[in-house]
Amino acid sequence: MLEKVTLKILRYNPEKDAQPHYERYTVEAEPTDRILDVLEKIKAYQDGTLTFRRSCAHGVCGSCAMRINGRNRLACKTLLKTLDTSKEITVEPILGLPRVKDLIVDMTTFFDNYKKVMPYFINDEPLPEDGRERLQSPEERARFDDTTKCILCGACTTACPTFWADNSYVGPSAIVNAHRFIFDSRDRAAAERLKILAGDSGVFRCRTAFNCTEACPREIKITKAIAEVKRAIITGRLD
Amino acid sequence: MSIKTHQYEVVIVGAGGAGLMAALYASKKASTAVISKLYPSRSHTGAAQGGISAALGNIEEDRPEWHTYDTVKGSDYLGDQDAIEFMCFKAPELVYELEHMGLPFDRTPEGRIMQRPFGGHTNNETGKPVRRACHAADRTGHMILQTLYQQCIKNNVTFFDEFQVLDLIMVNGKAAGVVAIEIATGDIHVFHAKAVILATGGWGRVWEITSNAYAYTGDAPAMILRKGLPVEDMEFFQFHPTGIYKLGILITEGVRGEGGVLINDKGERFMERYAPHVKDLASRDVVSRAMYIEMKEGRGINGQRYLYLDVRPETVNKYAKIDGRTNPDGTPYQVTAEDILRKLPDIIDFCKTYLGVDPVKEPMPVQPTAHYAMGGIPTNIKTEVLADEKNTVVPGLYAAGENACVSVHGANRLGTNSLLDLVVFGKEAGIHAAEYAAGAQFEPLPDDAADYARSQLDAILNSKGNERVADIAKEMKHEMMDKVGVFRTEEGMQEALDKIRELKERFKHIHIDDHGKVFNTDLLTAWELSNLLDVAEITTASALARKESRGAHSRDDYPKRDDQNWLKHTLAWRRENGEIELRYKPVVITKYQPKERVY
Repeated sequence: MLEKVTLKILRYNPEKDAQPHYERYTVEAEPTDRILDVLEKIKAYQDGTLTFRRSCAHGVCGSCAMRINGRNRLACKTLLKTLDTSKEITVEPILGLPRVKDLIVDMTTFFDNYKKVMPYFINDEPLPEDGRERLQSPEERARFDDTTKCILCGACTTACPTFWADNSYVGPSAIVNAHRFIFDSRDRAAAERLKILAGDSGVFRCRTAFNCTEACPREIKITKAIAEVKRAIITGRLD
Repeated sequence: MSIKTHQYEVVIVGAGGAGLMAALYASKKASTAVISKLYPSRSHTGAAQGGISAALGNIEEDRPEWHTYDTVKGSDYLGDQDAIEFMCFKAPELVYELEHMGLPFDRTPEGRIMQRPFGGHTNNETGKPVRRACHAADRTGHMILQTLYQQCIKNNVTFFDEFQVLDLIMVNGKAAGVVAIEIATGDIHVFHAKAVILATGGWGRVWEITSNAYAYTGDAPAMILRKGLPVEDMEFFQFHPTGIYKLGILITEGVRGEGGVLINDKGERFMERYAPHVKDLASRDVVSRAMYIEMKEGRGINGQRYLYLDVRPETVNKYAKIDGRTNPDGTPYQVTAEDILRKLPDIIDFCKTYLGVDPVKEPMPVQPTAHYAMGGIPTNIKTEVLADEKNTVVPGLYAAGENACVSVHGANRLGTNSLLDLVVFGKEAGIHAAEYAAGAQFEPLPDDAADYARSQLDAILNSKGNERVADIAKEMKHEMMDKVGVFRTEEGMQEALDKIRELKERFKHIHIDDHGKVFNTDLLTAWELSNLLDVAEITTASALARKESRGAHSRDDYPKRDDQNWLKHTLAWRRENGEIELRYKPVVITKYQPKERVY
């Protein structure tokens, strides 16, 4: 059941263009095709200069976050049938990070912010004497399950108005990754992370716009995670 | 044009599980750089779902010996038994190491690492499936990738993200570095090194239906071949039984581990007929073949080329009762919709997103999907790359993970052994490469080190033909799926080989649209296709020569395994005149003599 679909794509080639501009491409596609399939088709048969990142094509690698009809989504997880294809579909790079080319932005700031929150497991206590695993109850494990799902695609952080205004705010994704360790019963550096997140570029910059939660392709309850981190800072408790 | 030069004792190509594990260990002792065409967290290790195997015995009795035997049997006796034993006995230590790095495994009520059954993993005494796959829901690979990347950040490992390695530099027969293009600028960089570790993953993009990422284009094997080095056992490529129909997206074997069953158009659980003991949990080659036979004999759903994977609680409970499956405490195994949702959240999300199917309420349409390379760059247990059938070591060159062939998977890999392979041998690679570097000098770099890589790119940029890259790719994928897939024949493979060679000729007449420097993915996609064509050619030539059926290599015209003539590894070279030369080397057999393989 092929149908004609038109994508209006924000194009920018730093080697040629002074300013970004829109170009339109019409292709035949199935309702079950992903936006990524359509972009691939355009690149393969209409314009090889169209540039975007992609890898896994099923929502686990986080390469293809972009703005589709004004909303941050993964191109590989957005099927045409979920969009109004009688109208043009607008595809733009995610906001708040420097444009590199077409749908590609420079992710350096995003990853630098991630690294600021000590996004790694810390526990210098002796390992169990038998060399086996540290024990953790299923309930303790469940406590931070939601925030282990993050794929660092950047959809949340680049949907955040606070981040748009100021790149030094670590952003929702970094907080999600801090949360993953703060609430892990085996980790021992929660206090240090909370101290970082209590600072000028931390959680209190969040204005609870909920954009992040709506943008997350992994359906992580980001606003809730941020609230839990705020509460931990205020109460000094990790329950 | 200016070329930027860097110097590190150890350079690692690829930042998936094997590359990152190697980086953690190499960087403890040597200056180390990781070069990857993707941001590390985008690597395909992250797509692995069901688990990593280790005989921890957290839920029921298990032993590394059983894991070893199961892997040997799974390999259809083509795996090297010394390497398999090494891996399976290391497994518990490595899984604990991952846990100590913070990996959030699911937990048993006692707080230990949770384990589930997986295909081909058994209690060797009862023959029943054993719970050996350590898991974090159905995103175990994601957790391994994230954990290793996090630890690399903690340990200040140096990364060159979004640099595509184009060529290996060899001086005096030793590895001396790599040439890479910085994708964001188009600049060429030379990385001068004492030791190089190749960890670029697989090449499932050779086939039309695949679970593999776009990035899986066989870059390292193709590079190796251009250096006159061989690749091993390329004819063995795994088709995973359960890919989402038409899309190929992986549906973990963990679904069957949790009690899901495969069903044909007549509503039969057909695996009973093919593997009476373990049924749906037979090895992947066995299950994929059974599915092809069912479809060929007209029992695909509605006569189409797919079957159902059914994990609805009522179905799971029905067959669990028939099989007499019990929980560890001896009570009958029964699941609820909530259990399925909790254990397989990502699978349910994929099915809802891409199919509009809720697996708790409807069965999933599945077909076999190109999934994993058992073959690759030949190495020994220390991950040193081997130059010939006499196992001559290439000094300074290492390979680990899917692009390597140790060989621990032989003719067919067991589920969960890929994640194990990449942590075990990634670690070995890091340790041995750093050790080698400590005792080695930097070889002097030739002035023209980058010339070959540059000329490859220039050839594509300057080519003024009328062939489109996408057309060549499409024809290759179709041909390989059709003729070098689950079932193969002499005639079909010869046609495929002729076709691939025709496509390689046509590749010389492509044109691309993008001639810029910044993020020229048009150029790099074409370059990757040249790798895929090289890999497809050597896969087909290796397969054509092997006149038997073993593991994933299944021939209609030679349906039996032939240990007399073919219990040996293939080594394949592409000579300068383009001819492919095949030689063979013996399989290492220690404890387990080949016998008939029954599940």
